[in-house]
Amino acid sequence: MTETLDVTSRQAPADGDILAVARVQVLEEGRGLSEEQVLEVLNLPDERLEELLQLAHEVRMRHCGPEVEVEGIVSVKTGGCPEDCHFCSQSGLFPSPVRAAWLDIPSLVKAAEETAATGATEFCIVAAVRGPDERLMSQMREGVKAIREAVDINIAASLGMLSQEQVDELAEMGIHRYNHNLETARSYFPNVVTTHSWEERWDTLRMVRAAGMEVCCGGIVGMGETPEQRAEFAGQLAELEPDEVPLNFLNPRPGTPFEEQTVIEPREALKIIGAFRLALPRTILRYAGGREIALGDLGTEQGLLGGINAVIVGNYLTTLGRKPESDLALLDQLSMPVKALNQTL
Amino acid sequence: MNTTADPTDATPAAFCDQCGEPADAAGHTACARRRELEPPRYCGQCRRRMVVQVTPRGWTAKCVEDGVRTA
Repeated sequence: MTETLDVTSRQAPADGDILAVARVQVLEEGRGLSEEQVLEVLNLPDERLEELLQLAHEVRMRHCGPEVEVEGIVSVKTGGCPEDCHFCSQSGLFPSPVRAAWLDIPSLVKAAEETAATGATEFCIVAAVRGPDERLMSQMREGVKAIREAVDINIAASLGMLSQEQVDELAEMGIHRYNHNLETARSYFPNVVTTHSWEERWDTLRMVRAAGMEVCCGGIVGMGETPEQRAEFAGQLAELEPDEVPLNFLNPRPGTPFEEQTVIEPREALKIIGAFRLALPRTILRYAGGREIALGDLGTEQGLLGGINAVIVGNYLTTLGRKPESDLALLDQLSMPVKALNQTL
Repeated sequence: MNTTADPTDATPAAFCDQCGEPADAAGHTACARRRELEPPRYCGQCRRRMVVQVTPRGWTAKCVEDGVRTA
């Protein structure tokens, strides 16, 4: 450790400029920025955004390569959730217009087929629950089996907090990646969720990792957290070392406590993308929800050239996304090949 | 947007499918903007909240009284 730090200090510029430090530490040595360093990046003036994104892109290309991982998602159980995640229109505790719905198995298979047809390698089955009950686990058993018989695609799941038995069963089913977002910094979590704790989520993630499934864990920015808390969150994700980090931008939902939050500014969103890439040089950093309203088409492209190396294509769980063809055309235009399934197996 | 036929499609919507308020009332600018990235939530005929399922390439919205819309 001392030797590595010595190398950094030898090569870093005398003024300690954070991007110059990151060029050596992250790009050359592959060591992500610390929480304090991420905060320095987040506090850079807007004039240096382009420089940040360029460096983040170089880091992504060197440590992850040019491929982009494409994923589709579907909600198998929508709405009626007993939890109070303040950003979510699916909580049964808020006067949201979203009503409860269950997706049947043929429709689930069709959704997987549609996703695979875009060239996606990942299909994530999501449920709005605290954790799965027997009905949902039964739906998963049947659904995963049916998808595997019909479609050649990796199946991921996001079903809330799990017991050890459920973790083991999902691993046995062949769920290769499990999503469970920490959502935000530990210090800000009580402002976002009160019906369960950040630590309970962390416990599920530890069990998922131990069971051999890939860990997908990210969150939402733009929920009123401070730059310090964004840096804290990046540091906590780096400690977790997830295989994938989905990055959402808050899309304020009618009827939720965060309904009146202002949508994050594009430059701020791009700065977060660059900073998170520098904190997580080897992670799959995925565009998830909200990019359409936070970044628009131009910002989406800038993010792909600023550290992002994965996208969700098509619609989200309760809202609509860009047409998959538009995103795939953009990747083609940027000479970013879609990761093939045989590269992920 | 391709919306499947249902008996009520020929009838002008009485209610906004985004906020559920009368369609001829003022103040639907945000609803129009939202509609680009949102499925309908309220039945345009009876104002009931619909059961909406979004899938990777489309959506289905069911009203118990007035039927199903898909896109």
